[in-house]
Amino acid sequence: MTPSRLARVARLLLGLAGLAALALAWEAGHRAFGPFVLPSPVEAADTLIRLFADGIALPALRVTVANALGGFLAGAVLGTALGVLAGLSWPVGAALRPVMTITLGVPPIAWVVLALLWFGPQGGAPAFTVLVTAMPIVFAGAAQGVCARDPKLSEMARVYGAPPMLRLRALLLPQLLDHLLPALATALAFAWKVSVMAEVLGGGTGIGGAIAEARAHLDLPETMAWILLVVLLLLVFDGILLSPIRRRLAERGEGASRPAAARPVGAG
Amino acid sequence: MLRFDKISLGFGDGPVLKNFSLEVLPGEVVVLLGRSGCGKTTLLRLAAGLLRPDAGRVANGFSRTAVVFQEPRLLPWSSARENVAFALAARGVPPAERDACAKALLARFGFAAADMEKRPLALSGGMQSRVAIARALVVEPDLVLMDEPFAALDIGLRRDLQDLVRETVESTRRAVLFVTHDVTEAVRLADRLVVLSPRPAKIVHEARTVPVVDPARIHMAAAALLDRPEVSGALMLSGRPPAATPVEEGYAEMPAVPDCVSGAAG
Repeated sequence: MTPSRLARVARLLLGLAGLAALALAWEAGHRAFGPFVLPSPVEAADTLIRLFADGIALPALRVTVANALGGFLAGAVLGTALGVLAGLSWPVGAALRPVMTITLGVPPIAWVVLALLWFGPQGGAPAFTVLVTAMPIVFAGAAQGVCARDPKLSEMARVYGAPPMLRLRALLLPQLLDHLLPALATALAFAWKVSVMAEVLGGGTGIGGAIAEARAHLDLPETMAWILLVVLLLLVFDGILLSPIRRRLAERGEGASRPAAARPVGAG
Repeated sequence: MLRFDKISLGFGDGPVLKNFSLEVLPGEVVVLLGRSGCGKTTLLRLAAGLLRPDAGRVANGFSRTAVVFQEPRLLPWSSARENVAFALAARGVPPAERDACAKALLARFGFAAADMEKRPLALSGGMQSRVAIARALVVEPDLVLMDEPFAALDIGLRRDLQDLVRETVESTRRAVLFVTHDVTEAVRLADRLVVLSPRPAKIVHEARTVPVVDPARIHMAAAALLDRPEVSGALMLSGRPPAATPVEEGYAEMPAVPDCVSGAAG
């Protein structure tokens, strides 16, 4: 109907076409190299359904979600709080920035090893690793969001005597979200990967633990099924948690995309 | 009243103000006319409390001061109504009341109900300026500081908004300190006209005036003002302004522009 709606439908269709191409390439790989190298997508999906039916997938899923989301939320809260602080006060920022750079620089795999040594394979190693990986990413986004505030708007708020809470709600938060949201999306994507990785290395529970077990049995279809599950998780949570906020942010620029609406009355 | 008392202020590149004094009385529109960079904006920032003088004193005895900046400075994620209500929210006015006040004022400024819910990006430049002025006036200030608020607008819109300012000021007897580099704008708005020299700003000409609304007479008044050597000197036009004269005559001979006439009559 409207151009923007048409664009949305087109985007969805093209996205599906891309996914279909990926599935086709997977299937082609399966035909070229055989089921011992790459099981077919249909087989992987079948296996996933069987894993759910057998009551194996759900408990593993629950553990991984708890690890990934718990670590992500803790990291997001900590990262946002410290990032906002760093953005508002430059001494805090100057002190925290190198610490965060180092935290970001340590490879997640090294954190996994450390966490396993500290907490043991059954403890909070995956959640901790996720926290440590997510925090500096969110920190950078939050600090940048605060630093990138429009000083002219801040001055306007000052002149009008806006109290701190109003400035936070009406000025700081909207500007912060612009930078914070992409950082949160990135951190969430990392959360699943890191959590599964830590679980694989810990050889314990969760989807990662199941992948480790599938590998031990050289069970490729099951490995692919678990990978499918992780990807699905990422998509679902990205859609539930971040898409609504992203949509609200996009609405802000709406006026610019409709020049016809910007014309009217003017001279009055 | 607002009082600049022997103000001196300099930035890195030399003094902007030196021993500068000026008063703005309740209910009067004082226009500061001067070249770009002469220190007009600095004076407004001093009055708004955004700057402190190196020496001297700024005493603002008005109870409520509002500022209209050079750019509209609207919150891009908020609607026109929310932007106006922001000034009231800053004063702790409850939501229902501030919405009603914002709507009423925007309606008086020519906004349809649908336009009030548009975000700044969806509004034209003139509408954005109206929102900015409404945001300043909605708190019922007794002093309004205006820093070339119409500089970016075309001449027709500028006249409409000048009329709007004059109307609201006259009906409510607010004091206005208005900064501009546009001679005709100064003549249209001022109860008292203050011409400033380039840096450091000194008052080279000061006169009580009656705001001129008739479009033909505006340019005559502007020409008369520019005829004074101290004024044209301060505005960096040497002697009798060569560029200004033919333009002034051109306007005087032109048949009255219908828009301006109706604007002036209404």
